[in-house]
Amino acid sequence: MKLNWFKYASPATFYPLAGKLIPWFALSAAGLTLAGLYLSFFVAPTDFQQGESYRIIFIHVPAAWMSMFIYIVMAGWAAAGLIFNTRLSSMMANALAPTGALFTFIALWTGALWGKPTWGAWWVWDARLTSELILLFLYLGFLALHAAIDDTRRADRASALLALVGVANVPIIYFSVKWWNTLHQGASVSMTMAPKMAATMLLGMLVMALACWMYSIAAALVRVRCIILEREQQAEWLAKLTQEPA
Amino acid sequence: MIWKSLDDFIAMGGYGFYVWGSYLVTATLITTEILMLRMRRRAVEKARRMQALLSEQVTHETTP
Amino acid sequence: MIRTLGHIVARDVLLAMRRRADVATTLFFFVIVASLFPLGVGPEPKLLRAMAPGILWVAALLASMLSLGRLFDADYADGSLEQLMLAPEPLALVVIGKVVAHWLISGLPLVLIAPVIALQFDLPAGSLGTLLLALLLGTPLLSLIGAIGAALTVGVRGGGVLVSLLVLPLYVPVLIFGAGAVDASATGMDASGHLSILGALLLLGMVLAPWATAAALRISLE
Repeated sequence: MKLNWFKYASPATFYPLAGKLIPWFALSAAGLTLAGLYLSFFVAPTDFQQGESYRIIFIHVPAAWMSMFIYIVMAGWAAAGLIFNTRLSSMMANALAPTGALFTFIALWTGALWGKPTWGAWWVWDARLTSELILLFLYLGFLALHAAIDDTRRADRASALLALVGVANVPIIYFSVKWWNTLHQGASVSMTMAPKMAATMLLGMLVMALACWMYSIAAALVRVRCIILEREQQAEWLAKLTQEPA
Repeated sequence: MIWKSLDDFIAMGGYGFYVWGSYLVTATLITTEILMLRMRRRAVEKARRMQALLSEQVTHETTP
Repeated sequence: MIRTLGHIVARDVLLAMRRRADVATTLFFFVIVASLFPLGVGPEPKLLRAMAPGILWVAALLASMLSLGRLFDADYADGSLEQLMLAPEPLALVVIGKVVAHWLISGLPLVLIAPVIALQFDLPAGSLGTLLLALLLGTPLLSLIGAIGAALTVGVRGGGVLVSLLVLPLYVPVLIFGAGAVDASATGMDASGHLSILGALLLLGMVLAPWATAAALRISLE
């Protein structure tokens, strides 16, 4: 049996496939969110040290995980687009970026709201928070660069390269900030919870993380379908322009 | 049941502002993203309809 | 190949020398930005001494970023960038040449004038050496990383501000270790760890950045 790996690499064939997949991911996301919220608010016990404020963890940590995971996937699609020259790969990278940026912002926002009651400050220059902030700038840079270039093909490839440079830089940024932070002992705060997390807490976090993941896929698929239509329309319009009867 | 009453639930042991501030903002942002996707979809469909209409007109006008 | 490199460096430096105002502007910007901070945070000597490494480095970062437009935009506008890309020499080599020239014009003057500015902040004399060394290692790295951003935005409207958004996140490690080295030295600790990492980043940058910049140029000009 011959496997055509690139069957769905054409926007034309991927479009209906994505359309069929979206409801599944959207429904999973909704279901998992409900289950996750139930676990977070009605099953997980009150934390010994932090009281009820710790419940922010059930959205903060999944959002942070997604922000990093989406960036890596986005960079993967960007690389595929550069290597194989497939338009759809670049479209997927562009479809993922806004959702990734959104989760990064949510991670930062919920982190601040968790930090205030816990550490007494809305913001600390902790290694993770600072790296997360820079990740947001990387996402915004990707989107800004793509928006600034008129030629779609050049825009796709330029932002793809930027995403890859960023992905190589993320570990460097994280470790440099970590070192910077540990040397400046004054600002160091321990972000680790009690070593043994109640099983229900961990389960709540995992379910919410899964919910965010399903949601991200659904949102990205919806967005990529919009992008496919927009570009197809642009191409048609251009073709019509050049086809005008003399 | 962890919560003794609805008031208890909303108060979140005194941390209500922070907990609900987090979850409500998240819910708002996600809802906004969904709505914006829907708007983008409608805009593209509308543009396609307009274009189909226009090209039909052009065909009518240019064919003898 | 070395001769080609020399030619490219010489050409860029010569072109820059013909427009000396551009070069001077970068330097003045550095001095002005560094001078603005005391006006903003107050003249308290202890505070300024503590903030000096950070302020000097941020000023150097911003000055370096401002001058990135000069790397490729002028050549792109008159078509010589395309010609350089068609040359038989590897594009990465051309990039290295341009980056070296950029550093000689925008980076080296900063390195030389920084100790003078540092004295304004009452930075201990002992750490001036560390400051020099850190900037010597860091400014070429800033030029290398900046080249990637400049190449991605060649000929794009509003490219200047866009380059800042793209390049500043990538500058962060340089800032952290560069300022950290001077800070360590000023407070009597050992700066060799910071300087070693800065050196390692520079080596990494020298190998990877020209290659990425060349790829970016091909994307921008195909």
